[in-house]
Amino acid sequence: MPGVEGFMYPNEVELQWSILIVIYPFVTGLVAGAFILASLERVFNVEAVKPTYRLALLTALAFLLVAPLPLQLHLGHPERSLEMFLTPHTSSAMAMFGFVYLWYLMAVLVIEIWLDYRKDLVLVARASTGLKRLIYRALTLGSDNLSERSLALDARLGRIITIIGIPSAFLLHGYVGFIFGSVKANPWWSTPLMPIVFLFSAIVSGIAAVLLVYMIYSARQGDRLDMACLDTVARYLFYAFLVDFSLEMLDLIHRIYEADESFRSLDFMVHTRLYTSQVVLQIFVGTLVPIGLLWLTQIVRLSELARKTIYAVSAALTLVGIFAMRWNVVIGGQLFSKSFLGYTTYKMDFATREGLLPALIVMILPLLILWALVWLLPPTEPAGAKHGAEEARAA
Amino acid sequence: MRQTFKDSEHLLRLAALFAAGILLFFITRAALMPAGFGELGHYRSGSLQDNRSHRLLFAGSAACAECHDDVVQTVSAGKHTSVHCEACHGPHQAHASDPTTVAAKRPDPLVLCATCHEKNVAKPRQFPQVDIQEHAAGASCTDCHQAHSPAME
Amino acid sequence: MTMNRRDFLEQGGKFILLTGAAALAWDHVLAGQPEQAPNYSMNDHWWAMFIDVEKCIGCGNCVRACKAENDVAPGPSYFRTWVERYHIPKKSPDHLEAEDHPMVDSPNGGYDGFPEKYGDGDGAKNFFVPKLCNHCAHSPCVQVCPVGATYVSPDGVVLVDKTYCLGCRYCVQACPYGCRFIDPRTHTVDKCNLCYHRITRGLTTACCEACPTGARMLGDLKNPKDPIHELLRDHTVQVLKPQMATGAKVYYNGLDGSVR
Repeated sequence: MPGVEGFMYPNEVELQWSILIVIYPFVTGLVAGAFILASLERVFNVEAVKPTYRLALLTALAFLLVAPLPLQLHLGHPERSLEMFLTPHTSSAMAMFGFVYLWYLMAVLVIEIWLDYRKDLVLVARASTGLKRLIYRALTLGSDNLSERSLALDARLGRIITIIGIPSAFLLHGYVGFIFGSVKANPWWSTPLMPIVFLFSAIVSGIAAVLLVYMIYSARQGDRLDMACLDTVARYLFYAFLVDFSLEMLDLIHRIYEADESFRSLDFMVHTRLYTSQVVLQIFVGTLVPIGLLWLTQIVRLSELARKTIYAVSAALTLVGIFAMRWNVVIGGQLFSKSFLGYTTYKMDFATREGLLPALIVMILPLLILWALVWLLPPTEPAGAKHGAEEARAA
Repeated sequence: MRQTFKDSEHLLRLAALFAAGILLFFITRAALMPAGFGELGHYRSGSLQDNRSHRLLFAGSAACAECHDDVVQTVSAGKHTSVHCEACHGPHQAHASDPTTVAAKRPDPLVLCATCHEKNVAKPRQFPQVDIQEHAAGASCTDCHQAHSPAME
Repeated sequence: MTMNRRDFLEQGGKFILLTGAAALAWDHVLAGQPEQAPNYSMNDHWWAMFIDVEKCIGCGNCVRACKAENDVAPGPSYFRTWVERYHIPKKSPDHLEAEDHPMVDSPNGGYDGFPEKYGDGDGAKNFFVPKLCNHCAHSPCVQVCPVGATYVSPDGVVLVDKTYCLGCRYCVQACPYGCRFIDPRTHTVDKCNLCYHRITRGLTTACCEACPTGARMLGDLKNPKDPIHELLRDHTVQVLKPQMATGAKVYYNGLDGSVR
């Protein structure tokens, strides 16, 4: 059979989960990671990262809105996807994830963003006319109250939501890890470490994403980068990376040591079909190089420009590495036969429903949404807001 | 008190919006829930009937015996006793339901017999198998063997 | 005997109903479908299958019969049942550390039989293994289905609801035996359903019907007179991948340890 080496059960030859299913955990990982960075300021009072707070939330929202899209494109019957909410099978991690997603989107992210932005929304609404005013009035849910008490209530509730949000973010991406980790039929996936590894790689990718978004946004605004903020974010990236790398090495060492029935087959796969994506992209380019670079910034005093360059490069490489990790889990888990006697190949088309083109579109879409969100809900105080505040004071 | 209400009014609006959303969810769920779901387990009980209502292609040898009992007797007395009629003759439900209109099929021995009896190292050793070209030397299997009672005396 | 009007109507009604039912049943008997008569009770059965590896000759009848009976998607990656050929080379004395794995092939699932590939006399072990859905009592595929589109029926058959399946493929990933696939025509999952439309009518499965050597045999574990009980008792029996604890109900006699 073309593309098959050795023996595969006849029904295994075609891969079931495509690049879209690689993108899905990557995207939800960015959401969880960005949110956890945001909550550092809110809950643990890490003042230094405050400039990234709103950007992190908006990044999380942009990616969370896009997350269902690769799934819908993948389903054989997307028009039936509502069934997951109508008759969820409680023993299925996938079904329960639908509710975790919904909870996280509505009860955590949307509310937290709304509470933080409400004051600005009201101010902009007051200072606008016509359609713009209508949009912002709708966003404020028709409320116009900016008394100290109401704002204090917002802050208090926002803090509670963030506290609830941290375990919710853990649950969001830990669940995705569990979707894979609980499949006993697949030894590449089946490990209790899977949710933990997924979570920490999510934190790493989320922090890296926010770091890049912050640098690009500030450059676009013409603002001066807050180096204390950047240094702190990079430091957290470094720490998270150390934990993530240790966990992945633990999994690897454990596999090599125990050498169970699947080991030979998996080992061969990593050395051949998965070599570029696993060893080169994930481990070397995507983990060791960024860790090394970030470590350098921790032990050597470097100029601002040097640090900025290293941070940007490291963050970009990190994102490549974490994407490669998702690829290696999802695609890697389907390249070998469950008989441990053979391998198949992943044929990715270009312009089909699950091809490269829709995959690229799905990856770019959150950036466009983020751009729109930044325009609608500016992370820094909007000019209109200042004007509205002055009017309020004069009145 | 009135001031407290005024200050938290926006939160109450938010709560009302969420409550409306949750209510809408339950209404939609009630409306769209498929019939028979959950009766016997976490599935649509009507699916059992769906799985049952596929058409038959194979009749089963009991059906053949209704008309062709003599053949069935011959076969069960010989070496092919474990071979059901349709294993060689192919699916015959159409013929069994309407024997006068739908004809039975007689298989081609050269193709059919070889399927089972062509020599192969993976077949059980005690299973009768030959290199058919050598064994038959160009003849058709039915020239010497009677398919329903294949042993040569 | 006196009978008031109410009694008469009651008796008359019962008579009509019973005759009607009998007439319906008779129609089905005449149509060559004796068991369509509504007397199949799911709770009276617990279906299983017995496969005797020592009898399989790799003729591929079962694969062809299944594809025909069940209208299975044509093509080399869609099989509700298939046959594998195992070739285990003799351990060579100067190469004892050699790869300890069998050589397996399944050309088009065994649909066209198995052209001879191995010579005789090399001391190797060769045999065929038919495979199908194991209709697990603790099925991992049922466990992971997000919506309830696959389930274990009350009579022990793992079935698919094609009108409900989303095509998410989680169940395909969860099956340790590789018996599920996506039907490219309906974009839903498909797999062996133990010819449910046949076994509920007192017939056997298409694969068992077509098997010439009796290597495959349908069994009803709830029926005390079913031959499967004796077979399970008298043979050394195994299921595939027992360490997965799936409660598989396809029992193999003579299954070699090398079988994956």
